[in-house]
Amino acid sequence: MSTTKELVIEMLKTLGVDINHLLSEDVARIQVHKNKVIGLHLVPGLKVEADELEDGVEANVEIEEGVRIEKPIHLCFGVMPEEGLQRIRLHLRAREGSKSIILAHCTFPKARNVKHLMEADIVVEDNAQYVYYERHVHGPYGGVEVVPHAKIEVGNNAEFSTEFELINGSAGKINFQYEVKSGNFSKVEMTARISGIKEDSIKLDEQVELIGKESAGVITSHIAVRDNAIAEVKNTLTAIGPYSKGHVDCKEIVVGMGKATAVPVVSVLNPSAHVTHEAAIGSVDAKQLVTLMARGLTEDEATEIIIEGILSKRHKWGDTIEKFLSSTY
Amino acid sequence: MDNEKSILTLSDLYYSVRDNSILRGISVDIWKGYIHAIVGPNGAGKSTLVSCIMGLPGYQVQKGKIIFDGEDITTLPVYERARRGLTLAWQEPARFEGLKVRNFILVGAKNKCHKKAEEVLNLVGLEPKKYLDRAVDRTLSGGERKRIELASIIAMEPKLILLDEPDSGIDVEALEKIFELLDLLKKQGITVVLITHSPVVLERADHAFLMCCGRILDKGSIARISEYFKNKCIPCDHKVPLGEF
Repeated sequence: MSTTKELVIEMLKTLGVDINHLLSEDVARIQVHKNKVIGLHLVPGLKVEADELEDGVEANVEIEEGVRIEKPIHLCFGVMPEEGLQRIRLHLRAREGSKSIILAHCTFPKARNVKHLMEADIVVEDNAQYVYYERHVHGPYGGVEVVPHAKIEVGNNAEFSTEFELINGSAGKINFQYEVKSGNFSKVEMTARISGIKEDSIKLDEQVELIGKESAGVITSHIAVRDNAIAEVKNTLTAIGPYSKGHVDCKEIVVGMGKATAVPVVSVLNPSAHVTHEAAIGSVDAKQLVTLMARGLTEDEATEIIIEGILSKRHKWGDTIEKFLSSTY
Repeated sequence: MDNEKSILTLSDLYYSVRDNSILRGISVDIWKGYIHAIVGPNGAGKSTLVSCIMGLPGYQVQKGKIIFDGEDITTLPVYERARRGLTLAWQEPARFEGLKVRNFILVGAKNKCHKKAEEVLNLVGLEPKKYLDRAVDRTLSGGERKRIELASIIAMEPKLILLDEPDSGIDVEALEKIFELLDLLKKQGITVVLITHSPVVLERADHAFLMCCGRILDKGSIARISEYFKNKCIPCDHKVPLGEF
């Protein structure tokens, strides 16, 4: 039987990053294993109340008004055994003028029958900046079901930026739903980078409503499916506010017997608004492939490099997260 | 030509798509350590020839032999040809989303250390600090991508480079840099085959082949081939109906 501290270490070690750094005094953190909060360390300006449920954890998180939290707040959710259910109910409020970055790791390294459910309601108040970067660590068996559903309100002149990354291990089943409504002069950026292998099933449904005047939003989904994996992506961007503008970028690469569907839905409900979209779906680009093969790579090696490149495209906070993880922040 | 000097020998190459003959008996000796040019008007079959030499998918010759550095490579796949020291730079280089310049350069490099990436970028006139961590994507201009592609090829330390239309889509300054690079490659003993229909590029070669309608019409000094090309090929002075050629 491991102690709580040992369990924290065991969980963090699966992330493949410098864990001493994640445990340092100036890094706020919450660690949840199944339905237990096994680690909690706060910094000034961050309030967390967490209740353990029968099948998970319910947490109220608040970043106080005008507070800028210097280093990313680290969340770690995990289920270490092969089986388990983890339901996370998150109520988060980034108060007016606050600035924060959350790095969330979700780790299920041995999963054969694990369910991770996330129900989140997030409010980013006026003039606040809130970045949520979620990175998944899955084992090779594909026995994980990940169901994150979130409703987000972004206030006037506020910024909400999120990235979901699952590029190592077998994705399992993902059913991802995010709905965002944004205010005047707000900015919304949502990125998903997912790799599916074997029998993985990836479903993404992202909806952004640019309600406010001069609000802006970008939805980016880059997915690779190999073997028998399937991906269904629906990106919906609706520009309602005057002079609102948005862009949808969906790329899906299919290798082997993988199957992919992309449905970009772009709507403009105001004559001064502007929305663009690009969708590319299919096999690896032939010119890229032969360029790398003319450098001595086999077709499989070249394919991996091209997919790696497409999946590595991060949103603008990606470098900040990498600096944080490499202790150079 | 002297066979001992030849690094690439093409013997009687034929390539057609359906009933359309594109290469019709190409025989060429490419001497080691020189800059050669294959010149000809649009549609002559130059780029197809390069694709066949490189063995790109869909470009297997139906007849003939390709001997590279003493070995018959006619049926080898493209990556095996590249591993033997043969490579290609495209007229319009590919874009790679998310692939950093540093990684693109090192992907086929003999020496995969990071200093090598800096060194070859300097050679093509691009400041490493500005470029190494950028992606080889649409944020780079055509000229920048062309120079980065050349940098990646130099890092391979190949024996022979097929350079398709090196002047396409780049400005005068970038072209001058490419010409300097050609001189450097020659000094290093690397053989270059330029595919061009530009008299300016042709002037930089040591030796030229004139190609028309899938055949090599003539070969020889730059002065002679250039003169013919300028006067007879631009515009095309081809009086014989193509079917009878």
